[in-house]
Amino acid sequence: MKKKSPKIALIGNPNAGKSSLFNSLTGLRQKTGNFPGVTMDKLTGVWKLDPETNAEVLDLPGIYSIYPKSLDEQVVINILGNPNHPDYPDMAIVVADASNLKRNLLLFSQVRDLGIPTVLALNMIDVAESNGIVINSLKLGRELSVEVAEVNAKKGIGVNGLRLAVNKTLETKYASNDSLPVGYSEELVDEIRTTYGEVDDYHALLWLSEHDNMKMFDTQQRVGFDNLQEKYNFNSKEFQALETVKRYEQIADVVDHCVIDVNNQNEQEPESTWTEKLDKVFLHRFWGYFVFLGILFLMFQAVFTWAQYPMDAIDGGIAWLNDFLKEQLPASKLTDLLTDGLISGIGGVLIFVPQIAFLFLFISLLEETGYMSRVMFIMDKLMRRFGLNGKSVVPLISGVACAVPAIMSTRSIGSWKDRLITIMVTPLMSCSARLPIYTILISLVVPEKSTLFGIFNLQGLALFGLYLIGFLMAILSAWIMKIVLKARERSYFIMELPTYKAPRFNHVFLSIWNSVKAFVFQAGKVIVAISIVLWVLASYGPGDAIERAESKVRMENPDLQGHALENKVASQKLENSYAGLFGKTIEPVIKPLGYDWKIGIALITSFAAREVFVGTMSTIYSLGGEVDDENATIKNRMKAEINPDTGKPMYDAALGFSLLIFYAFAMQCMSTLATTLRETKSWKYPVIQFVYMTALAYLSAFLVYQILK
Amino acid sequence: MKTIADLKIGEHGIIRTFMDEVLSLKLLEMGCLPGTEVVMSHIAPFGDPIAIKVSGYTLSMRKEEAATIILI
Repeated sequence: MKKKSPKIALIGNPNAGKSSLFNSLTGLRQKTGNFPGVTMDKLTGVWKLDPETNAEVLDLPGIYSIYPKSLDEQVVINILGNPNHPDYPDMAIVVADASNLKRNLLLFSQVRDLGIPTVLALNMIDVAESNGIVINSLKLGRELSVEVAEVNAKKGIGVNGLRLAVNKTLETKYASNDSLPVGYSEELVDEIRTTYGEVDDYHALLWLSEHDNMKMFDTQQRVGFDNLQEKYNFNSKEFQALETVKRYEQIADVVDHCVIDVNNQNEQEPESTWTEKLDKVFLHRFWGYFVFLGILFLMFQAVFTWAQYPMDAIDGGIAWLNDFLKEQLPASKLTDLLTDGLISGIGGVLIFVPQIAFLFLFISLLEETGYMSRVMFIMDKLMRRFGLNGKSVVPLISGVACAVPAIMSTRSIGSWKDRLITIMVTPLMSCSARLPIYTILISLVVPEKSTLFGIFNLQGLALFGLYLIGFLMAILSAWIMKIVLKARERSYFIMELPTYKAPRFNHVFLSIWNSVKAFVFQAGKVIVAISIVLWVLASYGPGDAIERAESKVRMENPDLQGHALENKVASQKLENSYAGLFGKTIEPVIKPLGYDWKIGIALITSFAAREVFVGTMSTIYSLGGEVDDENATIKNRMKAEINPDTGKPMYDAALGFSLLIFYAFAMQCMSTLATTLRETKSWKYPVIQFVYMTALAYLSAFLVYQILK
Repeated sequence: MKTIADLKIGEHGIIRTFMDEVLSLKLLEMGCLPGTEVVMSHIAPFGDPIAIKVSGYTLSMRKEEAATIILI
């Protein structure tokens, strides 16, 4: 009997084409969730096996072996090692890269020996054949006693054959009952079974050797395993190493029978491949860095110039919608809440979308093509000097999009110290939430039309400079932490340099789509909520302070009429509202940085999430000033703001750069702090992160303002 | 005692054994088995890390890690 919705786990080496296959099987019927107890993204999708059967396909992180070497790899053993786990699959599809069959079959043989019914999906046969490797997959299936399906995951070819193999395996539920390739004590396994439950031999040995990495066991049970290891003189690493060697011996036999390697027969060196040619440039001592910097520079120029058009359109559209609603709806508090509170808030969210999309376009292209691991390779030595490691480059670059996924991606870093330092400094990388703040402030203080040498847009350069300063500060902080944190622990850097691949555009777009969706709905909720709260705080004051402010203005300025009067009244009202009071309270603290109480309000609100800044500014300035067509956008409103002390424009270079630096360094993101807490499992680190970044921001902004003033 | 760290670009070697127990498991899983032929294929700009060709693909590691793999 087949289940109505069998669970199928997709397992495979990194770069074996697992994600491609997942996408061709499930298309857009995917959802992300969390694995219970871990914060790792869990990607599941629905695959129609036949009219009555919808399989639930689970995409597991790429691994080389069932034995985890880093945190992200632990997810797999926690599911496959625990038959009672809610995600324990009914069967597995192991995706294998045919051009590297032996290494891929190691994982396959481990999964099969766990007693999970398994289908082998042979991917990249075309690559293997162009390398002169021909695989007899029928024979391979017979020797491994498993259904083998040839697929081309990238082009979506072979899905029907895979479906047949999966259906057949689901019906027979055939799982291997071969003996393990390595010797072990029956007595030991029996003892594990009596203490920890009825289970097959391989599971029992897996528990014994990996119990520290498995969440299903409590402290007492772990001590029990330690005692068993001692009693039977069982060395986990030795056992696993011997098992690996023995498995490879068996695999070598099978591959000898089923694979013809044309190169071996002719004793000929394979021709220099594309990957080798490209690596001559990308890994070159000079050109390697040149290309990397060039790509980064292109990324920032693109984000600033290309994204500008859709951003202007969104900005204009929101302003138009606000004006339109104000004209059409009766003037009331509710209309104000809708236009100045809600729609301004939503506008502040939507305006990010083009830039986030461009950033994720670049990042996913770099990962898709395999270039990212070259960056790790050429950066490792440099990064190590600063207490980081080559693998820190990916979190740091991803930090340019958002620190939350960036911090989560540090799990692939094996060493705790390197990982901790990477987590601590990643939020200094300028994330996409800072972009709108940068954009609006740069456009206020850097002339729009000017260029350097006639090619580089000055505004683009200023933006690049802010990203650079964030990066340099991250590196510097890492170096200091390297000295402070004494723990000496080994990190390792054994990783595959995958062959270059043409990017799969559906992947790239799926990745952009998922990030934009997550941003709009997750950050959006916070921003809209804060916008509404802020609007209320800015519209109401303690007691009758607001009414008194209004009548005071009317009394003191009997000649004023129309717009001028409304303006004066509105700004007096704001000053006497709750928000105004908050701003005034912190004004003495932020005065040395050049900020007034209005900016103070924005600083307070953006401590939850910095992207609120622009929304807050638009709420504050639309309440405190006139609203007509030419002044409708937030940028124009800020431009028109006059410093009451000097009579000159408020947003001059000193204030502009002071604010830019403050936002570049300050820790103003609840989600990031929550992620740091989750990933370090200690309150200590988010607190340190918050304090050191905020102090850094305050001092730097102070210096900038005092020097430029 | 010659190790992978001593190879020059393009130079071949055959793995004999490992000096580090923890690293050796990872290396075995990645296909660096005793008796396997390796070729030094890249050395990063500052001399570290390095990349070798082993069982048909490119594997990178640090020089100190390469120095734990003893060649025949």
